[in-house]
Amino acid sequence: MSGQGIVRTGLTLAAIAAICTSLVAATYQATHERIAANEKALLEQSLEPALSGLFYDSGVSESRLVLRPPHALPGNDPALIYRVFAGSEPVAALFAVTARDGFSGPIRVLVGVEFDGSVTGIRILQHRETPGLGDRIESTRTDWVFQFEGRSIGDPALTGWAIRGDGGEFDQLTGASVTPRAVIKAIRDTLLYFDANRDAIFAAPATVEDD
Amino acid sequence: MSGDWTERLTTGLWKDNPGLVQLLGLCPLLAVTSTFVNGVGLGIATLLVLTFSNALVSATRRWIRQEIRIPIYVLIIASLVTCVELIFKAWFPTLDRSLGIFIPLIVTNCAIVARAEIFASRNPVGASIADGLGMGAGFAALLMALGAFRELIGHASIAGFSFADSGFLLVILPPGAFLALALAVALKNRIDGRPGR
Repeated sequence: MSGQGIVRTGLTLAAIAAICTSLVAATYQATHERIAANEKALLEQSLEPALSGLFYDSGVSESRLVLRPPHALPGNDPALIYRVFAGSEPVAALFAVTARDGFSGPIRVLVGVEFDGSVTGIRILQHRETPGLGDRIESTRTDWVFQFEGRSIGDPALTGWAIRGDGGEFDQLTGASVTPRAVIKAIRDTLLYFDANRDAIFAAPATVEDD
Repeated sequence: MSGDWTERLTTGLWKDNPGLVQLLGLCPLLAVTSTFVNGVGLGIATLLVLTFSNALVSATRRWIRQEIRIPIYVLIIASLVTCVELIFKAWFPTLDRSLGIFIPLIVTNCAIVARAEIFASRNPVGASIADGLGMGAGFAALLMALGAFRELIGHASIAGFSFADSGFLLVILPPGAFLALALAVALKNRIDGRPGR
């Protein structure tokens, strides 16, 4: 290829790259507001069920605490805490924590805890458990996660926070015991953390986004 | 001209179907076809990318030297996929979440770069668009058929409406994808191999 040819080839590449980049930039401009709104709506919508009808008047997603690891909550990735208030009264806290000991990969669990320490609701945010077996922890597949509502540390006692097969008080899932075990442990540890740190959790200022 | 279009479309849809005959793009094909809706979503996304990339590659074919054609295909395809991903995120967020990583991964679908190389770089824009539509529709139709089949047998539901408690689990698991694809290929060969054709 002659020297002139290389320059021409380079210019062609640069021109096509410029056109493609402007195409992506234009699409981004046209969509980014909608995408941000969708993400916020999705977050509020996915937090909602774990509050099971409690009265609150604060925007849930604005009161977020981000705990960078290492922290005392389950999992070694950032744990999120959403505080829920009615006026200035604390109502509940939602924890997004990770159970590390699932059957295949981490399980992201949303644990809703009322101010008095009882569970308002549990939802599974993300998992890669076996379809048809472990994935029955999802609230859309079975009602397994609903058995925790209203329970707390002390109801049952700490040793009761296990599946029946292990001498605990909670139902298991046929064909999958690793998954429920991991989820129950994450819920129990979250409740213990809440009991020990309740006032600090509601007093802390919301984490400012740094990204 | 219209006969040409019909031929291009039937080639992609049936005779040279990228999934059934060329067996290209199997990774997304096998991974996302666990439900009908997923099949439709990825099918439409692939169809859009394939049609526009064919059009762009064909429109620029006179200025592109042989030596740099592959980087340019990659650039064009990657930009189009990014646009489609943003559009899905903005207007079809639920579908985007269930397809997850497989929308960005359309970039690596070899069916798309294959059509750019084999067809669009040697043919006029109109024919290339027809080829993209035909091949895209062929791929999308196969995704939808596999999705519908696996959802029906595996989840015992049709397009999200379930009619029984549980289905035949194997069909939704990865081996089920291979088995379903094998059945589809066998069915096509059986139809094509019928005497009198």
